[in-house]
Amino acid sequence: MNLIVFALLALLAITAVAIAQLRELWAVIMFTGIYSFLSASWMIILDAPDVAFTEAAVGAGISTVLMLSTMALTGKAEDIPRKSSVVPLFVVIVTGATLVYGTLDMPHFGSPDAPVQVYPDPSFVERSEADMHGLPNVVTALLASYRGYDTLGETTVVLTAGIAVLLILRKNEDEQDDTAPLARNKSS
Amino acid sequence: MTPDLLPSELTAGVLMATSFAVLLTMTLALIRAALGPTVFDRVLALNMFGTKTVLLISVVSFVTGRSDFLDLALLYSLMNFIGMVALLRFTQYNDFGGSVAAPGESETR
Repeated sequence: MNLIVFALLALLAITAVAIAQLRELWAVIMFTGIYSFLSASWMIILDAPDVAFTEAAVGAGISTVLMLSTMALTGKAEDIPRKSSVVPLFVVIVTGATLVYGTLDMPHFGSPDAPVQVYPDPSFVERSEADMHGLPNVVTALLASYRGYDTLGETTVVLTAGIAVLLILRKNEDEQDDTAPLARNKSS
Repeated sequence: MTPDLLPSELTAGVLMATSFAVLLTMTLALIRAALGPTVFDRVLALNMFGTKTVLLISVVSFVTGRSDFLDLALLYSLMNFIGMVALLRFTQYNDFGGSVAAPGESETR
């Protein structure tokens, strides 16, 4: 099983390099779809099927369609002048080293002392039905009440993002004459 | 979640060999998608990659004896189909508007 994980991670790295190298945007979008399929299957092997479900639905499904429709409105080519990439490389290396340094404090994978093994207090399960006036579902009680403000913030973020995407992608009949030459100029 | 049924040793070996064959095919499809000169090489490679992901998940679900992964494999094939239809529609019409090939839209680009 470890070998499958290694192979999947190697494929992920290859896909990331290919995304960075390609200059045709629709091919890049295809590769992001591949990337999210691969990461979702890795999450399945790590025994997190719910995260993998979300990743496959959002990452591979919706965001591919959204990015393609965005590309239909803008242009197909990425015109980045390829100058020196020393400074970005330095920034990426420093950021990556910081992140790796941050993981050193974390407990080992599968460690019995890890907070995820210690913290989930069984009293949540015992108390939630009485606290929520007879609501039988513990997950709903946690999401909607114990972590209510957290969930409210998440839904606000999702709503804002949805409104922003709709504003960008919407086409009015009177605006269509203005945007079409603009998109043509960008793509040429 | 506890495994539903664990395969025997021989079956597990065969399943591992199958998963490595699938991973090899995924690598080849990835190479074709990266090199592919035309659009349709890449589309075919991506489609095959998605199918092979579904197969890999199914094989892993049988190795670990967890049949609930098969639902995820179904979801993956649906997502693959949706992405493929979106991609082909985009390459055909350059647009996702409600009306297929909006007048003046696809010709002007």
